[in-house]
Amino acid sequence: MEDSRRNFLKMAGIAALGAGASPVLNAFAAGGGPAATPKTMKGKDILWAKQWGLVIDTRKLTTAEDLKPLIDACHKTHNVPFIDPAIVGHNRHEIKWLWQTGYANAFPDLEARYTHEEVETRPFLVLCNHCENPPCVRACPTKATFKRPDGIVAMDFHRCIGCRFCMAACPFGARSFNYRDPRPFLAETNLAFPTRTKGVVEKCNFCVERLADGLLPACVEASNGALVFGDLEDPASEIREVLRTNYTIRRKVALGTGPAVYYIV
Amino acid sequence: MLEYAIKGSKAYCAWMTALLGLIGLGFGVWLWQFNFGLGITGLSRDVSWGFYIAQLTYMVGVAAGGVMVVLPYYLHDYKAFGRITILGEFLAIAALIVCLLSVVVDLGQPMRILNVWLHPTPNSVLFWDTIVLNGYLFLNLVIGWNVLQAERNGTHYPGWVKPLIYLSIPWAISIHTVTAFLYCGLPGRGFWLTAILAPRFLASAFAAGPALLILLCLLIRKVSNFDPGREQIQALAKIVTYAIIINLFFFLCEIFVAFYSQIPEHTTHIKYLFVGLHGHGVLVPWMWASMILMATAAIMLVIPAIRHNEGVLAVACAMLFVGAWIDKGLGLISAGFVPNPLHEVNEYVPTLPELAITLGVYAIGALVLTVLFKMAIGIKEEVRA
Repeated sequence: MEDSRRNFLKMAGIAALGAGASPVLNAFAAGGGPAATPKTMKGKDILWAKQWGLVIDTRKLTTAEDLKPLIDACHKTHNVPFIDPAIVGHNRHEIKWLWQTGYANAFPDLEARYTHEEVETRPFLVLCNHCENPPCVRACPTKATFKRPDGIVAMDFHRCIGCRFCMAACPFGARSFNYRDPRPFLAETNLAFPTRTKGVVEKCNFCVERLADGLLPACVEASNGALVFGDLEDPASEIREVLRTNYTIRRKVALGTGPAVYYIV
Repeated sequence: MLEYAIKGSKAYCAWMTALLGLIGLGFGVWLWQFNFGLGITGLSRDVSWGFYIAQLTYMVGVAAGGVMVVLPYYLHDYKAFGRITILGEFLAIAALIVCLLSVVVDLGQPMRILNVWLHPTPNSVLFWDTIVLNGYLFLNLVIGWNVLQAERNGTHYPGWVKPLIYLSIPWAISIHTVTAFLYCGLPGRGFWLTAILAPRFLASAFAAGPALLILLCLLIRKVSNFDPGREQIQALAKIVTYAIIINLFFFLCEIFVAFYSQIPEHTTHIKYLFVGLHGHGVLVPWMWASMILMATAAIMLVIPAIRHNEGVLAVACAMLFVGAWIDKGLGLISAGFVPNPLHEVNEYVPTLPELAITLGVYAIGALVLTVLFKMAIGIKEEVRA
C-alpha cells in the first residue's frame, strides 16, 4: 500500500510539473546514484523478517472462551464487521479473519475415524496461512493481493476489483468478500485502520500495520503465550526453537502452498 | 449496413421492443446491485462465484462453437458453409458480449475494471481471459464486417482479412481453453482440478454452439427469404453429433477417475451434484435432467433417419442446448465450491434480482444478435434477388 501511495505521489508530482518535469528527471538521471531510483524505506520501529510465521499451541487454547479474546482483538483492530445472521436473515455476508473450527474441518486430510477424544472437540483457530507459495497472489488479476518481502500476503483494498478469483484460489477458505457496505455493522471503529467499502475482498494481514510500529499481531498479544510469532527463516528465532522442540502440523501441505501457520496438537 | 436493422416487420419491432424492455429491467436491477453490492445475489463467503460466472462459462462455449462453421470453410474448403460462416461469426460476437457483461455484473467494484489492464498481471488467468475474449470479439467484428460488406458490394474481401480469419480459428480454441484454466489450475478445488476440463469445455462448446446455430438457421428460413440450406444444417448436425458424444465420453472419464480412485476430494462434489451431500442436494434433479437431455439428444442425433428430419433435429438440438446449459451454466461453478475448503456444505441458489440481471445481459446479447443477423440476412436476400 505504501508502495502504491509512493507511486501515486510520484505520478501526481510529474503530472503537476507537466512539461517542466523532463529537465528535472534528466537532472536526476544525469546525477545518477541512489536519488535516481526511488526506494522503499522501513520505519525505525518496524519488526521485520524474511518469512513471518505463526505457531498455534492448541493445547493451551481448549475452549471457545479461550479463543474469543484473540478473535475479538483481531476483529476489533481491523474493523471486521459482525453481520448478525439474526438481523440480515442469513449468514451469506459473513466476514471473518480469524475464527474457530473443528479439527476435521481444519485438517480434512488428517481426519481419523477413531481419534483423540479431546482433540475431536477442541476448537482450532484458522486464518490466512500467508503461504510461501500463495495461489491467491497467482490468481489476482490486478496485484491487489501481493506477497511482501517479509512473507506476508497483503492486500490493497483500493486496487481490488472484487472479482473474487483469490477466494476460488484459496484452499483454506481464508478470504471474505464485502457483499454489502460493512460500516453499519461495526460496533466501534478503530480509526488507526481503514474500514472497507462494499465489493472488495479482505482477510488476515498478520497485522502489518502493528508490525510497522514494532508491535506483535493483536491475536498473539492477546494469547498469553499460546501463539508464537516470528521469522521462520531465522534459525535463532523463538518460533524456530518452538518448531524444533514440538511436533507441529500444517493445513493441507499436500497442495504445495507452504502454509506459514503451524499447529501444535 | 446497419440500416438493414432499423426497418422490419411488426413482429420484428415487437421482438426488439420486448428485448429493450428486458434490458431496461435488467439495468434497473443492476443499478440496485451497484448501489447495495453483490449481497442482493445468492452468493456467499463459501460459494463466491455463481450464476454470472457460469453464464460466462457457457456463453464462451457458444462463442467458440461458431468456429465450427469457419474452420471447415476456410481450412477444408467446404464450400457449402460459405453461406453461413457470417452467422457463426455474428453468433460469436453476441455470445462474447454476453460473456463480457457477465464478468462486469459479477465484479464487486466494476468502476475499477480497468485495473486489470492498468496493472497487467500475466500470472493471473483472468488477465489472459480478458485478452482472449476481447481479442476474439475484435477479430469477429473486423472479419464479419469486412466479409459481409464485400458480399454486398459483389467484391472479394480485402487481402489483409485472410490472416485474421486464420488467426481466429486457434483463437476460438483459446477462449475456451483459457476460460477452463480459470478453474482447473486452482489447488484445493478438486471438482475442477482435472486436465480434461478444457477439452471437456471445448466438446460441449462444439455441441452447444452449432446446436444453437442449427436452431437459428431453421428460424431464419421461417422468418426470411434467405435459406441457410439443408446441406449446411445437416453438416452442422453431424458436427453436433460427434461433439456431444465426445462431451459425454469425457464426462464418463471424469466419473471413472473420481469413483475408481475414490479420492474424496474428487468424489464429494460429483456426489453433491447427483445424489446430494449431507442432505443438501438442490441441484440433483437439475443434473439428472441435464444428463438425460444430453444422452437422449445424443442417441437421437446418432440415428441418421432422425437427424435427417429437421423437425426432430430441432427438438434434439434444443434438448442438447438446455442440457449443456444446466451442466455448465448451473452445476459446474457452484459445485466446485460445495463442499467448501473446510468440508462444510453451504448451498447456493441464485436470487430473483440475480436472474433479472442475467436475463438483461442475455437480452443485450439477443438484441445484438438480432441486429447483426438482420443485417446479414438483408444483404444476402438483396444479393440473391
